[in-house]
Amino acid sequence: MDKIPILHVGPFLLVTIQVDMHDRLALTLQDDLTTQIVSHRARGVLIDITALDIVDSFIGRMLSNIAGMAKILDAETVVVGMQPSVAVTLVELGLSLPGIRTALNVDRGMDLLRASRESEGPIVGSREIT
Amino acid sequence: MSEISQRRQIANGREDKMAQSTIASIIDHHESALLSEWTRRQMESLHTRRDLISDAELRDDSRNLLSALREGLVHEADGDISKTGWGKARDVLGDISRRRATQGFTPTETATFVFSLKQPLFDRIVQAAGSDARELAEQIWSATMLLDKLGLYTTETFQRSRDELIMRQQQEMLELSTPVVELWQGVLALPLIGTLDSSRTQVVMQNLLEAIVSKGAGIAIIDITGVPTVDTLVAQHLLKTVAAARLMGAECIISGIRPQIAQTIIHLGVDLGGVITKATLADGFQVALRKLGLAVMKP
Repeated sequence: MDKIPILHVGPFLLVTIQVDMHDRLALTLQDDLTTQIVSHRARGVLIDITALDIVDSFIGRMLSNIAGMAKILDAETVVVGMQPSVAVTLVELGLSLPGIRTALNVDRGMDLLRASRESEGPIVGSREIT
Repeated sequence: MSEISQRRQIANGREDKMAQSTIASIIDHHESALLSEWTRRQMESLHTRRDLISDAELRDDSRNLLSALREGLVHEADGDISKTGWGKARDVLGDISRRRATQGFTPTETATFVFSLKQPLFDRIVQAAGSDARELAEQIWSATMLLDKLGLYTTETFQRSRDELIMRQQQEMLELSTPVVELWQGVLALPLIGTLDSSRTQVVMQNLLEAIVSKGAGIAIIDITGVPTVDTLVAQHLLKTVAAARLMGAECIISGIRPQIAQTIIHLGVDLGGVITKATLADGFQVALRKLGLAVMKP
């Protein structure tokens, strides 16, 4: 059974979807991704769907599910490289994916994640405990 | 009353054949006389429009139609002009009405071309029928039916050629009016002009999204200065375009909102929340530059 590889890029995870998504593959991806976010303490997930030219409501839901799971684990999700036809289809299906950030390509998506990570700033705990 | 119409229906089936062939024989015998009288009447009725068409053209059209008419009558005796025997007559008429439509004639004038044949034809029928009133009524009736059908066919073709013209122009307008321009590296502008309907929005959306990919633009400004009215449907189309662009990772700014449009949007209860809106394209461009971390300053 094929598996979608998850690459580690610095503190982020990169998932490139290049095959037709079906139910089992999507569930495996969700499993793997959540496990890896926890084990690598990843702060962001990039999902590259440049090669995806057909979508349905199932894939739309899967994307927002993954974003929701990552959010609970304190990682941000950016979907990159969506094709025009895919975007139009998702909008027509009524799935405008609120809560998911998007970028034109992996480069820009990475910039976006870095920027939001910097704006959080380092954690400073200097409160005195009395 | 009903008795008469009943008799007419029975008579129609039986005597139409004979009646039609009589019209054919009248055309055969009096062709030149019919033609000259017919063209004279046409010239009288068109005396104000003589600049649009020449005498020779009018005479040619009349001669062609008359011979096609005779041919149709010979091939198909029952005056049903949708049959194959009338093919030539239909072609001639279609050609004439298409030409008249482009020459600038009105539908009435085009149909009058056919109807003005009635008077000369009826005169001949009266002469041929002599004192037989029944025969005369039958002849006149079938001739009227036939010419009315031909006249209606003319109007229909006239209308159709006008419709085709309008369709073609619409298509051209659709292609012309949706340019996507690059204002700055990474900033696209889409100046919309004219009413937005579903089919146009489709083209606009497609063009914009493809330009976003090919130019790698992060910001798109949709300028609606040239959109005359914004109703709920147009607003929905705009929001769909913005949502699709956002899914691809580009941000949209809607600019060029006129005061009346702003009032309409609020009165309609349209929620443009989440979309940056600006009054002018200049303001929108400023926002775009700021988002890119750029600024315009004097040297």
